[in-house]
Amino acid sequence: MFGWEFPPHILGGLGTASYGLTQGMWQCGDMDITFVIPKPFGDEDKSFANIIGCSQVPVAWRDVDRDYVDARIGRLMSPELYYRLRDHIYADFNYMRTNDLGCIEFSGRYPDNLLEEINNYSIVAGVIARTLDFDIIHSHDWLTYPAGIHAKQVTGKPLVIHVHATEYDRSRGKPNPTVYNIERDGMLNSDHIITVSELTRRTVIDHYGIHPDKVTTVHNAVIPLSQELLDVEKHPSKDKVVTFLGRITMQKGPEYFVEAAAKVLRNSHNVRFVMAGSGDMMEKMIRLVADRGIADRFHFPGFQKGKQVYEMLKASDVYIMPSVSEPFGISPLEAMQMGVPSIISKQSGCAEILDNVIKTDYWDIDAMADAIHAIISYPALYRQLREDGLAEVARITWDKAGRKVIDIYNRVLGR
Amino acid sequence: MKAICFNFEIHQPFRLKRYRFFDIGNDHYYYDDFLDDDIITRIAHTSYIPAAETLLRMIEKNEGRFRCSIAISGVAIEQFEQYVPEFIDLLRRLADTRCVEFVAQPYAYSLSSLVDPEEFAEQVRRHCEKLKTLFGVTPKVFRNSELIYCDDLAPQLQELGFKGVLTEGAKHILGWKSPNYVYSAASAPKLKMLLRNAKLSDDIAFRFSDSSWSQFPLTADKYIDWIASTPQEEQIVNIFMNLETFGDLQPPTSGIFQFLEALPRFAAERGIDFYTPSDAISKIKSVGELSVLHPISGADEARDTSAWLGNRLQNEAFSKLYSVAERVRLCDDRRLKQDWCYLQTADHFFYMSTKRSADGALHSLFSPYETPFAAFTNYMNVLADFIVRVEEQYPLSIENEELNSLLTTIRNQADEIESLNKELNSMRKNVEQYNIEHRRDEAAEAAPAPKARKPRSCKAKAAEAPADKAKPGRKPRAKKAE
Repeated sequence: MFGWEFPPHILGGLGTASYGLTQGMWQCGDMDITFVIPKPFGDEDKSFANIIGCSQVPVAWRDVDRDYVDARIGRLMSPELYYRLRDHIYADFNYMRTNDLGCIEFSGRYPDNLLEEINNYSIVAGVIARTLDFDIIHSHDWLTYPAGIHAKQVTGKPLVIHVHATEYDRSRGKPNPTVYNIERDGMLNSDHIITVSELTRRTVIDHYGIHPDKVTTVHNAVIPLSQELLDVEKHPSKDKVVTFLGRITMQKGPEYFVEAAAKVLRNSHNVRFVMAGSGDMMEKMIRLVADRGIADRFHFPGFQKGKQVYEMLKASDVYIMPSVSEPFGISPLEAMQMGVPSIISKQSGCAEILDNVIKTDYWDIDAMADAIHAIISYPALYRQLREDGLAEVARITWDKAGRKVIDIYNRVLGR
Repeated sequence: MKAICFNFEIHQPFRLKRYRFFDIGNDHYYYDDFLDDDIITRIAHTSYIPAAETLLRMIEKNEGRFRCSIAISGVAIEQFEQYVPEFIDLLRRLADTRCVEFVAQPYAYSLSSLVDPEEFAEQVRRHCEKLKTLFGVTPKVFRNSELIYCDDLAPQLQELGFKGVLTEGAKHILGWKSPNYVYSAASAPKLKMLLRNAKLSDDIAFRFSDSSWSQFPLTADKYIDWIASTPQEEQIVNIFMNLETFGDLQPPTSGIFQFLEALPRFAAERGIDFYTPSDAISKIKSVGELSVLHPISGADEARDTSAWLGNRLQNEAFSKLYSVAERVRLCDDRRLKQDWCYLQTADHFFYMSTKRSADGALHSLFSPYETPFAAFTNYMNVLADFIVRVEEQYPLSIENEELNSLLTTIRNQADEIESLNKELNSMRKNVEQYNIEHRRDEAAEAAPAPKARKPRSCKAKAAEAPADKAKPGRKPRAKKAE
């Protein structure tokens, strides 16, 4: 598998989903999974997959002794693997910026020279593909499609790509042509495409011109929360709290949340609104909140990470995700795990599988305001959504998703 | 001798319009007239009218041998009066044949029987009055909303003057017993019970045009055969269903109307009669008492009240609604009373069900809302506004009982004032009489000072001591002195 993120060092939903799926497939048994990421930190969970970091894969020959390798990267990769990989360097990449071990440096994030990093990633993938023995290639999201294609060309093994998001979702319909081409290239060269929702499946079929038979939906799932997270302390609050958690970007529809909040505040006064996260629309949102005259009740605590996210959820009475276009959207599921009733837009992929949430159109701020008001004013609705939501989300597990992916593998392999 | 007892239910709720929370306190009109008009007009033309016409033809053709009964809710009658008045005329013609019995229901098609006996009795009485004025009939048999019944209900029904009650032949109540007998209520043995034969009713209502059903296609011949082949001693088969089964649930193209119309012919061939519920309870003896501890109904797999009161949302809305029942009864604002009636309709709670699978599909089929949560939110918003209006009638700080006693005092005072007024009037008359007589005496005696008498009679009315016989000019001072 080629991926870009892997917990605990994640920047978005992609890492969580890749992790969950890999674990779910491993639970189904009889799987030997290698997961390639650009840059490991050494604290990844290796219990169910071999993790190979591209930043430890040599692409240029360096004569280094075993002790040196062990001292340098032993924490991340065994020297044996290093030497095996070194034996499969297929071209002279000395012209590239390589380090003392002949490896390329990766940031493992989304830097400005992202396209260069994607290219480097696919060079490294060539080495890995030549070294390891495997049956199938699985690429997570567009960043790793070129690597998947490369590996397929080298080994002739089938390629399955996993579409977690498309450029159409990220740009509200105005895609960047470079990204679009990388995505479409990946789709055309793949043997099968997995999408995270029917919504994304339609996008792939309609906007990328892919034959419907080649595209299958496997909805994401969630990993049960640890007791430690479930037990985080709840900050006592006199007011009801409505929370938005996510990147403050066009795709997430933050302005609809602000407008709905303004409507709610016109009639109820015991509510506070929180927009946690950061993004390119944050300043605009702060200005909008000021314009609406609700700044005393609308808060921007900034980007939340790790445990803070769960503390935030625990303190919330309503979770809202008004995304304009959301391929899946795992965050409402996490909110449900914490027992927080959620309002999601019908334009989110997760709306396809969830029943115990309130669904509105992202643009229907009246409906959204009404839903917020209903949850905070009618305790029966709050409790019903909370308890049935907990039960529902407990049934959405990764092993079921993993089983579906394995079925797709078998089909592709003609077994 | 066997008989079939048909009962056709006609009910449509007043559906709520999309009512946002910011409308609370501003907008006091709650109904989606356009949707109601649309639905009832459509169903009337595809189903109610052709079905009623078919029944009329069947009665005429069979010269009174075909008999059946109809239950129509008060809220449905109101909608027909408003949107499809021709259907009311049709019902009147059916009533005039004397072959169609109208059975009583709670006016609002409410669940009030479960919580509020006073409200329930009022609605039943109101429904009976409505039937009396429209069709000139006095119902003797009762069919509760959705066939809900339990032991607690029977004594009240008897008190209201009913001889029989229609309810569901729920398996968990009957056990090994058959619904094809007349039973009597355990808590009121004089009240007879007719139990719906769920299998034979649903064969028509749900399975008639289902081509995957093993008995498809169902013919009148076959259907009557099934009834004829029930054991000899089973005398009555109760087929209860919604009237819109004919033409709406089962499309006209399925041949449902022809099926219905052919039933009397095949029944006659096999010597099967048609009874109205009143016929059944007067002609057939009860085989025993039946006790129903927990409420049963005709809905969902469970045949209990979980279709309306099965989850937290429904129970919350229901208890909120009835929490103001007493208050609403105390006031006499007509619009408030009307909303009170419409909001009680069981359908509003039916839409809030979160059941899944087959039951859930049926709930969402009838629901104008996308999800049960939307149904709940909308209803609660409306209810919030309604409660605000109820509270505006009388200050909330006064307890119901206190308010009640105050209102009684006010009413009593009104009565007292009235009786005192009467007394005053009669006194006045007396005085006039007296004056006339006195004048006559005066004329006879020709003596002065007749006017001083007048104030005295006024005081007599105020129950004062008629001590001072002073002149009129001095009266106020005299009062102060007292």
